[in-house]
Parts: sequence; C-alpha cells; structure tokens
Amino acid sequence: MTSLPLAVEMRGITKVFPGVMANENVDLEVRAGEIHALLGENGAGKSTLMNILAGLYRQEAGEVWLHGQLAQIHSPSDAIRLGVGMVHQHFKLVDSQTVAENVILGLKQPAFRLDMKRTAREIKELGQRYKMAVDPDAYIWQLGVGEQQRVEILKTLYRNADILILDEPTAVLTPQESEELGHTLRRMVQEPATRGHAGNKAVIFITHKLDEVVRFSDRVTVLRGGKVEATLDTAGSSKADLARLMVGRTVVFQVAKPPFQSHVTPELRQEVLFAVKDLHALNDKGLPALNGVSLEVHAGEILGIAGVAGNGQRELAQSITGLRKATKGQVLVRCGGIQGVLKEVTNHTPHQIIDDGLSYVPANRLGTGLAGNLPISSNLILKDYRKEPLSRGPFLDRTSIGRFAERLIGAFQISTPSAERPVRLLSGGNLQKVILAREITAGKAMLVAVNPTRGLDVGATESVQRTLLEQRAQGAGVLLVSEDLDELLAICDRIAVMYEGRVMGVMPAQDANRDEMGLMMAGEHIQPEA
Amino acid sequence: MPLTLERRMEPSRTANILVPILSVLLALVAGGVLLWLVGVNPIETYKAMLHGAFGSAYAISETLVRATPLMLTGLAVSVAFRMLFWNIGAEGQLAMGAFAASGVALFLPKLVPGISAWWLLPAMLVGGFVGGALWALIPAMLKAFLSVNEIITTLMLNYVAILWIQYLYYGPWKDPLGFGFPGTAPFVDAAWLPRLKDTAWLPQLFNTGRLHWGLALAIVAAFVVWLILGRTRWGYEIKIIGENPRAARYAGISIVRNILLVMILSGGLAGLAGFVQVAGISHRLQQGIAVGDGYTAIIIAWLARLNPFGVLLVALLMAALFVGGDQIQISMGLPAAMAGVLQGAILFFVLGGNFFTQYRIRWTSRQAAVIGHQ
Repeated sequence: MTSLPLAVEMRGITKVFPGVMANENVDLEVRAGEIHALLGENGAGKSTLMNILAGLYRQEAGEVWLHGQLAQIHSPSDAIRLGVGMVHQHFKLVDSQTVAENVILGLKQPAFRLDMKRTAREIKELGQRYKMAVDPDAYIWQLGVGEQQRVEILKTLYRNADILILDEPTAVLTPQESEELGHTLRRMVQEPATRGHAGNKAVIFITHKLDEVVRFSDRVTVLRGGKVEATLDTAGSSKADLARLMVGRTVVFQVAKPPFQSHVTPELRQEVLFAVKDLHALNDKGLPALNGVSLEVHAGEILGIAGVAGNGQRELAQSITGLRKATKGQVLVRCGGIQGVLKEVTNHTPHQIIDDGLSYVPANRLGTGLAGNLPISSNLILKDYRKEPLSRGPFLDRTSIGRFAERLIGAFQISTPSAERPVRLLSGGNLQKVILAREITAGKAMLVAVNPTRGLDVGATESVQRTLLEQRAQGAGVLLVSEDLDELLAICDRIAVMYEGRVMGVMPAQDANRDEMGLMMAGEHIQPEA
Repeated sequence: MPLTLERRMEPSRTANILVPILSVLLALVAGGVLLWLVGVNPIETYKAMLHGAFGSAYAISETLVRATPLMLTGLAVSVAFRMLFWNIGAEGQLAMGAFAASGVALFLPKLVPGISAWWLLPAMLVGGFVGGALWALIPAMLKAFLSVNEIITTLMLNYVAILWIQYLYYGPWKDPLGFGFPGTAPFVDAAWLPRLKDTAWLPQLFNTGRLHWGLALAIVAAFVVWLILGRTRWGYEIKIIGENPRAARYAGISIVRNILLVMILSGGLAGLAGFVQVAGISHRLQQGIAVGDGYTAIIIAWLARLNPFGVLLVALLMAALFVGGDQIQISMGLPAAMAGVLQGAILFFVLGGNFFTQYRIRWTSRQAAVIGHQ
C-alpha cells in the first residue's frame, strides 16, 4: 500500500474565520487509488479543509500539492482544471434542466455549438462504466435524491476529476443507496487517473458515521477542533478507537452544578413535566427523522440530548413545540405547571402549546427565534403579547410593554442603549439573552432549548448555562439539545444519545462515559435499553 | 469581484429624509434633460405642471380628487405588503368594489323607494368594501390553503374583474336611455357622495371643484390602518409575519388566518376606492373607473415605505404629477407620454436612492471577498 503515489498532499493548512480557527496546521495525505475518509464531529473543520482543496476558500497558511506538484488553487475552476471535483452536501443542480445540460453547465468547451446528443451519449457511457444508471435527458426535478447525487458525481467524472470529494454523501441516502454509492466509489478508485498522473483516481469523503468509515474507506483521517488527531489504516483500527479520537478527551470544564435546592423535593423530582412516547416525524424532505422516540423530563431536571447534528434533534424539538407534525406517537405536557395535569398535546398548534406553558429556545436565533428588524421590545413580548397587561382587548398597551421590556433587559442584563433598537444589532450572547428572558418569563417551568450556547463566547455561554441551572433549581424541567458533549456533561442530570431518529440510550450524567457516548453518537449499540 | 454590497447597520435618520428629496430632485434634472432634448424649456414645463396641479383652488381640488383613490389603493397595497403578501390585484379589487357599490346604488332604491342618502351611501360603502374584500379573498384562500403564488392570481383576477364590469356596462346594466354610451344609468341623487363645496359649514376654501367627501374617507382609512398596524395585537402579528414568518409560526401566530384577514382589509380598502370613484365622480358604473390606480398604488406603497400617512402624502404627489402632466399636454403641447416619463424617472431615482440608504458599496480585496462569501 505504501508504494502508492500521493494524489493529494495538504501541508500545514490554516484557515481562520472571524473568531474561529477552522483549520489549524492540518496535514492530509491521500494516496492515489484509495478511498480516504475524513472523520470528525460538526465543526471539526472537515468541510472547510475540503472547500480549500476545491477552491472555494483560500487558506491563510499552508500548501496544497496535487500529484507531487505544488498547486495554486484560487477558484473552483482552478480546482476543476487540476482534476479536483467536489460533490457538496447540498447539490448544485438546476432543477428545470436536464441531466446532460447540468453536466455541461459551466464548461468552456464547446465554445459555440452544443452537441447535446453527443454529450448525452458520453454521459450514458460514463454511467455504464461506473454502473451509475442515469437518463441524460431526464429533468433534475424528476430525479430522487440518490439519482441527483449520481448526476453530481457524473459531473465531476465528465470533467475528468482524478480526486473526488464528497461532503457527507450518505446523509440524504437510504441504506441501499449508500451501499451502492460505496460500490461506485470503489469502482472509481480502480480507474487510472487522467492527465498522465501516476496511479488511480482518489476519493475523499467527509463523514461522521463510523460505520461508513469502516465499510468504505481504506484510510481515515480524524479531525477534531480544526486539528488532525490521527491518520490510520481503516483495517487496523476499531470503531471504539475512532470514536475516542473523534470525540476527544478535553478536560471537562465545570459550571458548578449545584445540588438540588431544598424546595425541589425528591418527590417533586419524580414528577414528569413533559414527555414524548414513541414519537415519529418526518424531516423537511419527507424522510423519517424520528423513529419512535420516548423520553421523559422531570421537574428540577435537565435532560440532555447528545448526538451529531441531523439525527432528529431538531425535529424532536419541533414536534414537541407543535411546529412539526408528529406522524405517530404522543407528546405529553403538564399544563399549568407542577400542580397541573399531564395531558396529551400531540399536534396541537404552537399557540396552544405556548399557552400550556412550554417554552422553546430554537437553534436558529435570528432565523426562527426573533424578528431581526423589529425592536428588542417587540421581540421580548413575542410569547406574551396576547396577555394582560401587555395588551387589553385588541390593543397593545405600549406603556406596559415598555415597562415589561425594561424589566427583562435589567433582569437578564441585556446590554443595549434602548429597548427600541432593532434586535439584530445585538451580539449573539445578547440575542440569546433576549430569547431566554422571553421564554423563561412566558413559560411555566417547561423549556426545550436547542444549542443555546452555540457560537457564543465563554462569558455568554456561562451566563446561558447558569440561567438553565437556575431554572432547574426552581423546579423547571429542561430538555437541552446540544452538540457540545462537555456542556451536556457539565450541566445535565441525564443524557440521552440520539442517532438516526432513535434514542440509543439514556444515562445519568455522572456515569456518562465519553467513549461510549461517542460510539452511540456514531450509531453503535452499547446497552440494550436504559 | 472587488465590489461588494454591505447592508448598513442602521440607516441614518438624515439619510432617510435627505435621500428621497435628493432623489426627486435628481429625477427632475434627468427629466429636464429629456424635456430639453424634446425641445421645450424644462423650467417652464415644471412651472406649468406645478401650476396645473396646485395653481388654483380648482387645480388643488382636482389634484385631491385624483389623489383620493390613489390613497385608498395605496393603503390597500401597503397593508398586504406589510405581511409580504404581494397583492398586485388592487386594480381588480377596485373594480369589484365599484361594481358592488354600483349594484347597491342601482337596485337598493328600487327595493326601498325614497331611501335617503343617510342609508344608501353607507350601504354602498359597505358594498364597495365587501366587493373588494371578497375578490381579494379568492387569491388569499388559494395562497393560504394551497400555497398558490399570489402575484399571479391577484394579477390575473384584475383582468377578470375589469372585463366583468365592462360586460355589465356594455351589456345587462347598460343605460337604455344612454344613447349607446357604455355605462349604467346615473345613480339617484341619494347615491352621490356630497361635494365639499355643497357642504355649508366648510370654509370658502373649498367652494369650487369636484372635491367630495371621499377624501375624508381616505384620511380616516389611513388613520385606521395606522391604528391597526401600530397599536393593535393584530398589527403586531402582521409585522412579525412580514419580518420573519418562521418567528411568527414559532410564536403561535396563525399565518393562514392572517393572510385571510389582511386580504379582507386590503381588498376592502381597494374596494372603497371603487366606491369613491362611482359615488363621488362618475355617479354611474362606466368606462374609466379602473385606470391603473391599483398599479400606481404599488409604487405609492413602496415610496411611502408602507407607512399609512406616507401613503397619503405620496398619493398626493402622484396625483399632482398626473394632473400637472395633463396640464402640460394642454398648455405646452407635450405628448401625454412625457408625464409618464417623468413619473418613471422619479420612481427610478427614489427606489435607487432607497437602496443606498440600506446598503453601501465597498471596494474589497479579493481575499476579503472570499471570506465574505462564507
């Protein structure tokens, strides 16, 4: 194996985005004729690294060598010229055009006359060679997701790509399609490279699924926090090793998680505040996103949901809050706080569920949680504007709203010169404070929060975490979805791990084992049921 | 690309006031160049326009008469646009409002002989509102329940409505005593909106012209729209939906319900414009009711930045441009298209200027542009 020539060599790549070191001194070697997996959690820097190789980003430091030659990749067209093709997670196809038209889109040749018949024939031959049957005359909108991906791959092959990059190629595929893709990739790396380069074509695929690494790849490079953890032969490494490398072993920082306060009695802690039973739901593409999730959140508890993004966490939060239709199963909510009764609210409207006292901190602050151009005060009343004294009859009471806004701005230390400033001008931490202030004030002890600290600096993160812990101390039940294991371990009472719309296991946070969690996040069964 | 667009953090207050004024001035300069090329003196032309629109009590009255339906349709459109519902159908809603108000005016007196204006006019007003509202409800329901693009449906329904009223006044509703003139029989006197000059307690200022009480209706409508948008829970919901529909859904605001309600209000306001035209000016349903005010309304709404009182002001300026434009045809012998060119130039410059209050253009290095891409 070692005698294979190198197709890609990236040396000391560093890429900085404002406030984030996306890649730090990354070395990557991909041999000609191998399938190379790039493994890591969300935000580990995998996509950034590949976008540099594909010419979408420029690195701040470091060199890219292709087939033993220093390459200057300034743009995607440079990359294509040098034989690098990338299939993005979100396909870049024109729906209203045919497969053949999409394949030749952007090509400089032919300059004048398009011979679509010839192109179609060539695409067909290419498809037959790689056993990827696609009708060149079909329109993109007629194709399923798996077929569209094949078009993307054909596009790169048609441009004689010798290095094919796939960004999370199986995220949108069914298991059968994934299997087929694996075969296609294998066939590719058995083809000789063009342009007179030595060796065969090479494939790099980005993933966070251990299973795929083991099934498809020859070698694997594990990234964590923008740095390379290791590059290994797949054959010689276990899933457990890979999981440990992926999740890492950073020192767990500790926000002091206070013991339960006296007024949250042990009896109270037995009370279920809200729950889901065998919940099923579809994602935006109409594919199953939740496949029978059952969870209970008790009073005075933070239940964490761990998992790699896209495994149903978002859909879970939306189904509980009435924003996504549950196709099967139940959502139960204790209306009227701890003294209330548990009742079924499955597929009730968001309005009804808000009235039942369930609060929601959505993942996308400005996208879902706020109306950016409206003043802070308007955003603070978003959940309470229907109630007295903020409104009387059909009219809003502007004096009360002003007082209400000032009170929350003070209580949550939202730093702004005025409550009438457009909310989008606030910093991320202050945006989150606006949402938390509103949700906690509106709610009655039930909170669903999705990635509430993502993108926040240390101070803001701590303030958000402290707020959640305060809620817990007051007897609230919190469902905290987070991609940050450290955070979950620090502030949760119990942690559930989700993978492909299922709960892989639930464990008390103090017993949680990072290695096991990493494996569960990657789809491995550790314990039968918890 | 070394040129990048940047959204300004906060458009400055002075820019907000200064830019539109500057834009109008620039438009007048650009229009002036055109006039000069055509071979007339631009200054004289502008003077003639100004005189035509505001030069006498009668001119002012005509300008206000022209402004009234523009105000109502402008309000109609701006209410819908607030919620990002692209109601391009104010023209058709105006036509249906005129149709319904005319129907009431023509047939109610036959059912209730000797009905007084105190009953007939309000009945026509309600008819006009309901006519426009029901017409607007068709695209609203298509959008709310089937997600049909409202731009297409509202636009297409305009033609249906306009041809429908044409069919009526050329056909079944045609005045048998009208010497073949396409129009219904004139309304009974009780169906005429009183003119201001006939209203005894008003000052002498309004003692001439066709100015009628429809203007007051438009001003009241602006106040009501302002009250709804700025002071009520409903208005708050409309604004949230307009700013961020996802946040609205998240806050439990029903988008379906609001589409229907807002379009009832929007279509109703446009329908009132139809009522005002038949009850205040033509006193019958006839040719020349739907003359594009529903489209001009879109321009007005944008220039007024969807502010109801701004709509009143911009509608007045638009009306002045129309009336003044008519005037220069007569006094300067200019083609009618010239007034249209000036309107176009003003719109072009004001919208362009608006862009610069919200964005700035910056030269950037390639490197920065690539980072900006992320």
